[in-house]
Amino acid sequence: MNTAANPADAMPHRSWFGATKRLSALGPIMALLALIFIGSMLSDSFLSAGNLSNLLTRSAIVGIIAIGATYVITAGGLDLSVGSMSALIAGLVIMGMNAAGSSLGDSWLVVLIGIVLALALGVVAGSLNGVLVVKGGIDAFIVTLGTMGIFRSVITWLSDGGSISLSSSLKGIARPLYYGSVAGVSYPLIAMIVLAIGAELVLRRARLGRHITAIGSNPEVARYSAIRVHRVRILTYVFQGVCVALATMIYVPRLGAATPSTGLLWELEAIAAVIIGGTALKGGFGRIWGSIVGVLILGLIDNILNLTALASPYLNGAFQGVIIIIAVYLQKGRREV
Amino acid sequence: MEKRTFLKGGAIALALGAVGMPKTSLAAGGKTIGISIPAATHGWTGGLNFQTKRTVEQMKKAFPDIEFVVAAANDASKQVNDVEDLVARGIDALVILPFESEPLTEPVKQAKAKGVFITTVDRGLSEEGIEDLYVGGNNPQYGVIAGHYFKKKFPDGAKIVVMRGIPTTIDNVRIDAFKKELGGSKVQILDMQFANWNPDKGFEVMQDFLQKYDAIDGVWAGDDDAALGAMEAIKQANRPKQIVVLGGSGMNKVVKMVKDGGGAVDADIFYPPTLIIPAIELTTMRTATQAPIRGRYILDSPLITKDNAEEFYFPDSPY
Repeated sequence: MNTAANPADAMPHRSWFGATKRLSALGPIMALLALIFIGSMLSDSFLSAGNLSNLLTRSAIVGIIAIGATYVITAGGLDLSVGSMSALIAGLVIMGMNAAGSSLGDSWLVVLIGIVLALALGVVAGSLNGVLVVKGGIDAFIVTLGTMGIFRSVITWLSDGGSISLSSSLKGIARPLYYGSVAGVSYPLIAMIVLAIGAELVLRRARLGRHITAIGSNPEVARYSAIRVHRVRILTYVFQGVCVALATMIYVPRLGAATPSTGLLWELEAIAAVIIGGTALKGGFGRIWGSIVGVLILGLIDNILNLTALASPYLNGAFQGVIIIIAVYLQKGRREV
Repeated sequence: MEKRTFLKGGAIALALGAVGMPKTSLAAGGKTIGISIPAATHGWTGGLNFQTKRTVEQMKKAFPDIEFVVAAANDASKQVNDVEDLVARGIDALVILPFESEPLTEPVKQAKAKGVFITTVDRGLSEEGIEDLYVGGNNPQYGVIAGHYFKKKFPDGAKIVVMRGIPTTIDNVRIDAFKKELGGSKVQILDMQFANWNPDKGFEVMQDFLQKYDAIDGVWAGDDDAALGAMEAIKQANRPKQIVVLGGSGMNKVVKMVKDGGGAVDADIFYPPTLIIPAIELTTMRTATQAPIRGRYILDSPLITKDNAEEFYFPDSPY
């Protein structure tokens, strides 16, 4: 009997059960299509190239973070610190770039230094979370709740509660990182798509991906199968840190400043997107494309409500809540297998 | 295994150290003033914390016998604890900017009953007559000034959009005054959305407004943080027609833009985090000299323009 098989390995079969299973896997896409339909009915400007480009570009920030979150959650972990981490990295990178700019002169080189610095900080912050969870044996929820508070406090302290601004000439040079585009497709969107495809391939086809899924499914069995559980779990947190760093480097040129409220609640948006997309919160099953669809669903709801003034703006959060619950309910069939 | 024990030991030592830290004792024979303010979680409160620190330093120099204890809270329930702790320390006066009026009313009333002199700042308490001194900005005037600005700017009529703040009573008071001031004029409000006094949200809401409406003449962003986000969205959209942006609350970066002139912003509305300064100064004066100070001290919310911007510019402040 093979009833406890990992859902990712389950062979598709032509039963009624298999059909509903496949249908529920399409839940998030159906929700996305329904929202696009509703949006285009309610507002003429919804499907305009300008609106879609705005929406996709700004979704890329949380989208890239959600890619990392998919890995962490699939391996049975959780990272609540991503929003605070992004704010802290943004602040430190801006300070670093301003300092580099004043000694080297403002140029593309300084922006490049900023990117490298951001990635290094992402690796450090991710390793900190990973090592504390894995080697320290502290629950991921607690570790990242702790680092969430630490990162947020440090950025508040560094900025004196105000804002840390990128010098305006550097802001001009870095601006294309957010606003630039190739053939109408913005750089942030390209970055998200490339990263998503790569991450999905690794998760499905590479050994590392199978190990991540196996650990999330059953860490004991994974250990007996000679999988280096510790190393792989730490790697998922490091990858999450790198994703946060990338997202931050898209975010910084947008407004050119980091404040104590930068990235507030991004962790909840990212986790909500991952779960809407069909990744199991308990671990053991993940899909990147689902998370991207989840991010788009969340972004679309906000956008449609802004464009249509459908109800009192006091109720925007309620709409989001209802749609999150419905989207996850549509996948319930698969989850209980 | 050894490593883990080491980690645990370190953590416990750290915790014990924090608990065992000596508390600064009350200044001998002197008096103590407790100050309870919201933590620096966004621009305006960041400015508030900066001005508090600065004023306390100055007051300490002027009145070395008086001790100051500052507590900053992330939310109303933490602030209730702060007030109780301050009272337990035996403060003589309390300067408080309440996070929310309702939950803070009872603890402040308790402090008052113990003989503490009460100064409330900005947001009042939900019951009359508790505070001895009130120092505040003028929220209805804030909305009126904004309305007046757009009426004067567009005597022949205009279409404007509005970014509200965080859903609170202060926001309602400002928006109601704004709408009333525009009543009967040719300036038409196309739309309102909450931008939470936040640059990211201001950016997104403005992007959506620009998609939704072909013609927008002006934006009242309600706050300078949100205004900066809106300006960025407008810049990106490349609208051929200039859109007038008005923020508010006196962020130094925006005051500088007004001062320098020639940019997208030619005015700002003063709703200063500096209002904590007279509150602390007056309370200190009262505590030090027993001067009979009580009543209401309302700071104006004037329009900041190129002519008077210098007066409102604090380049050192983080906000």
